[in-house]
Amino acid sequence: MAAPLLEVRDLRVEFPSRRGTLTALDGISFAIAPGEVLGMVGESGAGKSMTGAAVIGLLEPPGRIAGGEIRLAGERIDNLPYERLRRLRGKRIGAIFQDPLTTLNPLYSVGRQLSETMLTHLPISPAEARRRAIGWLEQVGIPAAARRIDSYPHEFSGGMRQRVVIALALCAEPDLVIADEPTTALDVSIQAQVIALLKRLAREQGTAMLLITHDMGVIAETADRVAVMYAGRIVEIGPVRDVVKAPRHPYSAGLMAAIPPLAARIERLAQIEGAMPRLAAIPPGCAFNPRCPQVFARCRDARPVLRPAGASQAACWLYDDPAGGGVHG
Amino acid sequence: MTAFILARLLQAVPVVLTVALISFLMFTYVGDPVAIMLGQDFTEQQRTQLIHELGLDQPILMQFARFVGNALRGEFGLSYRLSRPVAELIAERAPATLELAGCAALFALALGLPMGVYTGLYRNSWLSRVFLTFSLIGVSLPTFLIGILLILVFSVWLGWLPSFGRGDTVQLGWWSTGLLTLSGLKALVLPSITLGLFQLTLIMRLVRAEMLEVLRTDYIKFARARGLTDRAINFGHALKNTLVPVITIAGLQLGGIIAFAIVTETVFQWPGMGLLFIQSVGVADIPVMAAYLLLIALVFVAINLIVDLLYYAVDPRLRIGRGGH
Amino acid sequence: MLARALDSDIWHSFRGSPITMVSAVVALICIAGAMLAPWLAPSDPFDLASLSLGDAFKPPRWSDGGDPAFPLGSDGQGRDVLSAIMYGGRVSLLVGFAAVLLSTLLGLGLGLLAGYVGGALDAVLMRIADIQLTFPGFLIALLIDGVVRAVLPAEVHDRIALLVVICAIGISAWPSIARTVRGSTLVERNKEYVLAARIIGVPAWRIMLSHVLPNVLGPVLVIATLNLSGAILAEATLSFLGVGMPPTQPSLGTLIRIGNDFLLSGEWWITLFPGAALVALVLSVNLLGDWLRDALNPRLR
Repeated sequence: MAAPLLEVRDLRVEFPSRRGTLTALDGISFAIAPGEVLGMVGESGAGKSMTGAAVIGLLEPPGRIAGGEIRLAGERIDNLPYERLRRLRGKRIGAIFQDPLTTLNPLYSVGRQLSETMLTHLPISPAEARRRAIGWLEQVGIPAAARRIDSYPHEFSGGMRQRVVIALALCAEPDLVIADEPTTALDVSIQAQVIALLKRLAREQGTAMLLITHDMGVIAETADRVAVMYAGRIVEIGPVRDVVKAPRHPYSAGLMAAIPPLAARIERLAQIEGAMPRLAAIPPGCAFNPRCPQVFARCRDARPVLRPAGASQAACWLYDDPAGGGVHG
Repeated sequence: MTAFILARLLQAVPVVLTVALISFLMFTYVGDPVAIMLGQDFTEQQRTQLIHELGLDQPILMQFARFVGNALRGEFGLSYRLSRPVAELIAERAPATLELAGCAALFALALGLPMGVYTGLYRNSWLSRVFLTFSLIGVSLPTFLIGILLILVFSVWLGWLPSFGRGDTVQLGWWSTGLLTLSGLKALVLPSITLGLFQLTLIMRLVRAEMLEVLRTDYIKFARARGLTDRAINFGHALKNTLVPVITIAGLQLGGIIAFAIVTETVFQWPGMGLLFIQSVGVADIPVMAAYLLLIALVFVAINLIVDLLYYAVDPRLRIGRGGH
Repeated sequence: MLARALDSDIWHSFRGSPITMVSAVVALICIAGAMLAPWLAPSDPFDLASLSLGDAFKPPRWSDGGDPAFPLGSDGQGRDVLSAIMYGGRVSLLVGFAAVLLSTLLGLGLGLLAGYVGGALDAVLMRIADIQLTFPGFLIALLIDGVVRAVLPAEVHDRIALLVVICAIGISAWPSIARTVRGSTLVERNKEYVLAARIIGVPAWRIMLSHVLPNVLGPVLVIATLNLSGAILAEATLSFLGVGMPPTQPSLGTLIRIGNDFLLSGEWWITLFPGAALVALVLSVNLLGDWLRDALNPRLR
C-alpha cells in the first residue's frame, strides 16, 4: 500500500458527563490511501459518524479526542489550533451529510453557497467562482445549471439537493471526502444514481473517500476496503470482497447474512439476536459476546484486538492463533 | 408581489372593521353626545335638529357607514373636553409620540440584537450572565417604575437630564420635532430608554433563543464542515436565519411600543397622543378615545404589513413563482 | 397524606431550586403582610383622626430626621408609608386574584364552549380572541375602564372602582386561557370515550365537565399563575395612570402615583418603597409561575 493519505491510530473519543466519562470510540485505527474508498459499516450508534466527525474536528461538545492521533498526508491534524483546522476543512477534507433537506441553508441560493465555499479556500475572483459553480452544477448532473445557479435549495428535489451537497463538498478540490450516509435520506430510486455519481467524481478527481453507511449493498458496490464497527470499535477491516464473501468476525457474518439478496426471495432476513449495548453498559470482554453465536469463556474475560484473519483483520478470539484462521467450536 | 400585499391587506380588513365597529358603538351609545353638545338650555326643536344633523335618527347601518366614511376623511367630531376637532388634536400630538416611539424602537433594536447574538454565541461567558440577569429585571419591572427610577437617578440626584416635557421643538411644516435642538434630544433620552427597555430585553432573549436553535441545525454544521470562517457562519448564516422568526415577534412588539407610550408619556408628561388618550379616558372624552383606538388599530395593521414584507425579503421560500422545479 | 405530598416529584423539584424557595418565601411575606395588615401595620392609614400634618414628609427611620414611628417614612399627609404599603398590597392582591379568577372562569367557559360546539360560535370566539391578542392587555383594560367611566357618573364609578378594575383586567386576559382550553377540548372531543358518552345520551355539559375539564386543569393553572403577576402589574399600571383605584382606596399603583408627585422635590421614599414592594411581589410570583410550568411539564426538563 502506498503512503496513506489519512491515517488514524488508536483514536479514542470520550464524553465527560455528570455520571462519569463515557468512552464512545476506543482503539480506532485505519488508513486510507490516496484515491481509495474505505467503507465503514455498523448499526446506528456504533460510532461511524463520530469517527467521521473526529477526523474533521467537528465532534459535538462535550465530546473530545482523548487519545491516539490522526494524520493527513503525514501531518498530525487532531491537535491543530482551531483556525488551522478550519482552513483544512472544505479545502483538504470535504464532507457530505445525510439529509440534503437540512444541510443547505434555505436563505441562500445554491450558487452563493458554492461561491462562498470556493472563495474561502481558493485564490480566485468572484466571477471565476461563479463560473466554476456553474461548472460544478453541470458536473453533478443538474440540468440547465446556468439558469439554476441562482435558485434556492427549496426549489430543488431531494436528490438534486444531494447533488448540490456533493458539489459543495468537492468544489474546493479536497484530497479526502467524508460521506456520512450520503444516500440514506434519498428515495430508493435515486440512491443508485447518487452513489454512481459520487464514485465517478471521486475517481475523476482522484479523491479518497470515507464512506459511512449502514447499507452493506452500497459498500459492496462502491468501496475498496471496508471497516465494520461495533460499539465504538472496529471489529473487522479488510478488502471489500473478502469481508462480504468471507466475513471473519461473527458480527460481520451476521451483518452479511442480513443483506437481502437481490435475486432470491426469502421469507425473512437473518437477524442477529439482541441489540447493541448502550455506551454506558458495554459488557466486559468482547462487546459482542452477549449476542455472539460462537461465544466461549475467553470472550467474557478479555477484549480482543485486531489480528490478521485471512486477507482481513478481525478483533475476535477465534483468530488468536496467528497461523490459524480455522473456526473453533 | 402586488398580489401578496393585496392578500395581506384583505386579511387586515376584518380587524380594522371590528375595531371601527367598537369605536362606533362607543361613539354612538356610550354617554349622550346630544346632551353633552347641547349643554343645559335647549328646546325640543334644537334637540331634534341636532339629532338629525348628527344622523342619529338614521338606521344603524347607515350611521356606521357614515362613521366609517367620516373616519376615512379623518373626521371624528369635537373633543368633549377641549371642544376642538379630534383630528386636529391628534395631528398636533402625533409627532411627539412618533419620535418617542421611533427612538425607543431604535434603542431596543440597536442594543437588543447584538446582545442577543452575543449571549447566543457565548452563552457561558460572564458578560452573557450579566445580560441575562439584567433582562430578567427588565421583564419584571413595570414600565412606569423604570421611568421613575431613571428620573430619580438622572434628574433628581445627578441633575443630568430633564424629567419631563420635550424640551425645545422646531416646527417643520405641521410636524414639530425635538430632534434638532440639544434640549429636545436630551429630553428624549430617559423616555426612550423607559419605553424601549422592555422591548430590548424581549428582543435579546428572543434572538438568543433563536440563535441557539439555529446553531444546532445541520446547515450550520455543514457550513463548518465546508471550512467557512466563524464570521461568515455566525453573521452570514446563523444570524440571517435567526432573523426570520425574530422579525415577526419583534415587529409585533414594536407595535406594542405605541400602546405602552401611554404609560411613558404619563411618567414624563410627554405631550403626545398617549397622554391625550389617558386624559380623555379620565373624563370619558369618547370622540378622542374612539379616534385613538382606530389609529392604534391602523398602526398595528401597518406594522403587520411591514413585517410580512420584511419576511418576504428575507425568506426566499415565500417568493413562489420564481424558477421552476 | 402529608408524607406522600412531601415525597412527590413537585416537592423535590421545589427543594432543588433555591430561587424558587426564595421566591416562595418572598411571596408568602407579601401575601401575609397584606392579609394581616389590620393587625400588623404600625398604624391605620385610613383613620383620618390619627393623621397629623405635623408628621408629613418624615424620611425613613434610619436617615437624618427619621422617626421610629414611621419605619419607612411618611407621605404628604403624615401617613405611615409602611402601613400604606401593607393596606395597598391588600388591594393589589385582591384585584390580582379576583381578575385572574374571572379571566380563568371566562377562558375555561368560552374555551370549552368554542372547542365543544365548534362551527360558527368557535369561529366568532376565536376571531375575537385573535383581535384582542393583537393589542397589549392593559390597553384593553384601559378601554373597558374608559367606557364604564363614560356610562357611570364619577361618584358611582369611584365607589365601584374595585369591581370595574377587576372586570376590566379579567376580561382583557381571557383569550390565552380560552385558546389552551379550546385546543385540549378539540383533542378530547374526538376521543372514543366522549363519543361513547354522547351515544348513551350523557348531556354535553356533563361530558365537558367530567372528561375534558380534568385534562386542561394543569396548563390552566400554569397560565393562571403567570397571569397573576400580569394582572397585578396591569392594575398597578392603570392606577398609576390615574384610571384604576382611586386615592380613597389606594393600591400599590395608586401609592406610586401619589408618591411620584413628590419625586422631584426629593421625597423619594414615598414612591420608591411601594415600587419595591410591587417588584418583589411580581418577581416572586413570576418565578413561582415559571417553576410551576417546568415542574408540571416534565417534557421541558
